[in-house]
Amino acid sequence: MLSSRNIAYKLILIITVCSVTIFAVTIGYFYHSSRVTLERELEETARNLVLASVNRMETELSSIGKVGEGVVRSLETGNYPEKSLNTLLKGTLEGNTNIYGFGAAFEPDAPNTHTRPVNYFCRKNGQISFVPVNDLQFRTHDWYQIPKELGKKEWSEPYFDTDVEILMTSCSVPFYDGAGDNRRFRGIVVADVSLAWLKDIVASIKVLKTGYCFLISRNGTMLTHPDKEMVMNETVFSIAESRNNPELYEIGRKMVRGESGFTPYIGARGVKSWMYYAPVSSTGWTLAVVFPEAELYAEVRALTIRVACMGCAGILLLALAVALIARSITTPLHELAEATEEIASGNFDAELPPVRSQDEVGKLSQAFISMNKALKEYIRNLTETTAAKERIQSELKVATDIQLSLLPRIFPPFPDRPEFDIFASMDPAKEVGGDFYDFFFIDDTNLCFLIADVADKGVPAALYMMVAKTLLKSEGQRLGEPERILSCVNNILAADNDRCMFATVFCAILDTGSGVVRYANAGHNPPLIMESQGIRYLTLKSGFVMGPVTDTVYEAERLTMQPGDTLFLYTDGVTEAKNSEDLLYGESQLLYDLQQGPRENLADMIHHIRDRVALHANGAPQSDDVTMVAITYRGSGSG
Amino acid sequence: MILVLISILLTPDGEAAELKKATLMPLWSTQAQFAGYYVALDKGIYARHGIDLTILKGGPSVSPSEHLQNGKADFAVLSLAAALQQNGAGNRLVNVAQIIQKSSMMLIARKTSGIRTPADFQGRKVGVWNGDLATNAFFTKYQVRVQQIPQSYTVNLFLRGGIDAVSAQWHNEYHTILNSGIKADELNIFFLDDHGIRFPEDGLYILERNYRKDPAFAASFAKASLEGWRYAFDHPDEALDIVIRTMKKEHLPANRLHQKWMLEKMRDQMKPRKNGGEMGQLSPSDYEAVGLALRTRGVITTVPGFEDFIGRHDAQQ
Repeated sequence: MLSSRNIAYKLILIITVCSVTIFAVTIGYFYHSSRVTLERELEETARNLVLASVNRMETELSSIGKVGEGVVRSLETGNYPEKSLNTLLKGTLEGNTNIYGFGAAFEPDAPNTHTRPVNYFCRKNGQISFVPVNDLQFRTHDWYQIPKELGKKEWSEPYFDTDVEILMTSCSVPFYDGAGDNRRFRGIVVADVSLAWLKDIVASIKVLKTGYCFLISRNGTMLTHPDKEMVMNETVFSIAESRNNPELYEIGRKMVRGESGFTPYIGARGVKSWMYYAPVSSTGWTLAVVFPEAELYAEVRALTIRVACMGCAGILLLALAVALIARSITTPLHELAEATEEIASGNFDAELPPVRSQDEVGKLSQAFISMNKALKEYIRNLTETTAAKERIQSELKVATDIQLSLLPRIFPPFPDRPEFDIFASMDPAKEVGGDFYDFFFIDDTNLCFLIADVADKGVPAALYMMVAKTLLKSEGQRLGEPERILSCVNNILAADNDRCMFATVFCAILDTGSGVVRYANAGHNPPLIMESQGIRYLTLKSGFVMGPVTDTVYEAERLTMQPGDTLFLYTDGVTEAKNSEDLLYGESQLLYDLQQGPRENLADMIHHIRDRVALHANGAPQSDDVTMVAITYRGSGSG
Repeated sequence: MILVLISILLTPDGEAAELKKATLMPLWSTQAQFAGYYVALDKGIYARHGIDLTILKGGPSVSPSEHLQNGKADFAVLSLAAALQQNGAGNRLVNVAQIIQKSSMMLIARKTSGIRTPADFQGRKVGVWNGDLATNAFFTKYQVRVQQIPQSYTVNLFLRGGIDAVSAQWHNEYHTILNSGIKADELNIFFLDDHGIRFPEDGLYILERNYRKDPAFAASFAKASLEGWRYAFDHPDEALDIVIRTMKKEHLPANRLHQKWMLEKMRDQMKPRKNGGEMGQLSPSDYEAVGLALRTRGVITTVPGFEDFIGRHDAQQ
């Protein structure tokens, strides 16, 4: 459930984050480049706007300047007595309606023919009237002094004429007489101009909705500004200082230096704006337009917001689509997982979801169906095999029981015969073993006992053992001598031994009366004799194994057991018992353990050796049958 | 308004009901240099002292001393040097209060002009106001000959580069130059006062003959004026509002920042030279020094007695 939700969740998250990132970068770039383009266009527009207005001003101003210069040329070249001077001045004023007042001021100490230092005409109530000036205070006035000192045409700082209540400026042109070293300053021709028309020009510049224009003088004084409080009261520098705006101060310095520029600008009340400014070169004034940024970018911003909204909707749609796709993938997976869980719990007949598509999920469903079929088949086979194996197992168990029941297992086997004690044990490595032992009386005094080991283990060995044991017993009772028993049985076995099976046999006959043991060996391990002197391995002829070759000759040997002597017979399952490091139990260890172990009770002795062998194996699986037989002679008269 | 009425009613000499008319002629157009008088008028301080004052419109085309002589003004703001000159010309005046205690005069040069010490003025074009004795005393002191250019009431000639140095008052033209986009560190400045030219400036004057008629009235006027100044310094924003309102009424360019600067500098310049000294008092030593300087230059021949000049002689009688 969680994992299925996880896939959908991860898909939606990753895809949404990626698309939001891509979209944000795209829209950011779009907004930024739009702004850059807009700013470039704005600069172009602003420049055109300002330059066009500046041109209009220049045309107006330079025409006035030319009027003054024209009169100066007349005064410098001709001789004008007062009367003709006044005619010239008055005529000039009449001809130039854009000039408010016009006059000529003379340096008092300059030699001239005029009686008055200043001859000045101005418009009053639609009439041109002569304004006589007799005192010499004008000499310290800017309109006179500045062009005189600088020696060139000058436009005065605009001033507010309290008489006519309009903003005025004066264009003053100095004139001289003489030339070269004799050139002497004679006076100033001045044209007073109303700047009312300036306001109209500046006001005609429309900038967006709240954008505006302003014009400053060479001193930075506001000449026109939408805020009337500023006009003639503030300078760009005092505004910068009172607004604590050092950038504006620096812009102002550039303005009064006559530079032009396009620059970001923080307007009144912190309104972020752009400003373009350019000089009116004839007067040194600066015209500036201010574009409020918010208004400038309003359209781009609105467009960006619209695009952003569309993008957000798109991303939402995309997320929805991803969720649907994720569900179409995870739902069958989820169903499959549930069905699989049921199968895992053992219900192989649980229904798997039908294959709906041919995509990866469909293939997975198909594979699950195939797997389920294969599993079912395998389980059925396994059940059959297990049943068969169980049957064999139980049969083998029966076989083991039969095999064990064939060996004498009741001890003491001959309770009425005190001449000897006998004990034996066999532990097969597999269900049925190849080892066996036997003991039986041939006649009243002679006890035949033997131990044998059929090569190989399991069912074939067990069958061979059955045959060998049966033959040995029947032939033993018939023949009565060990070598003859072995020869005879060998011949019988070898006759039909296609599989070339064989066995080692140690066969002995004890005369219970005398303690004489006659024995013969067919390749079996030498037994141990435990006498009063000690324990030793019996030295005997090894003899050839029984079964593969006919007519094998076995030799009989003799041994006389004193009462109390014990003969210990064993198969190689004892000495060749291995531990996990493949180390053999060994004959010397067997000898040692017999020396150390109990001797009186044969069952104890055999159990002791069995324990020692198990101890040596230390949990390693038993690889061969372990069989031991022990017989103690007690003497004929002892019972 | 109610406050003013109450204060009028509480006036101890009981002349509240009948105010005595008087006129004041400031040295120049309305600006914060005269804030104390406009504030005292606006806040009813003159009225409280029994004076119905009218402040006349000053400016470049009017002369305060002429107005005193021809009776158009009862009181006028004049510099000490100008007042002494008037005295020397036979128009005896009485100083009822000394407002500016020191010389506000200074010379300003662009650093690029290379004028760094007084000696550097030698041979340079310097703007000097007509009849400015203090600046001339400075040049005399340092024995420099300068090309004096009669200075107008603007600093535009200096701003256009027509002269190397310009005369200025600390509370006025210096800030006008700064307000035109020139940084203080681009200028070298010379305070005349720092160079020992201690010509106290604005004082309140009355014709001696008028003074004798009613010394107490003149004293009330001086007291009310100083009270106006104290109020202005304690309430600078209100004072600036009053001054700027008046300026606008007279269509004068009014830059609040400039007026604020002016008021601050006035406060500084009105501080008595000696610690613990009283505002509005003329220092006898400054008086003697100016008198001596004017006599040396031949502008006047005699210096009136200090007690006479400040009208104390009569007051004691």
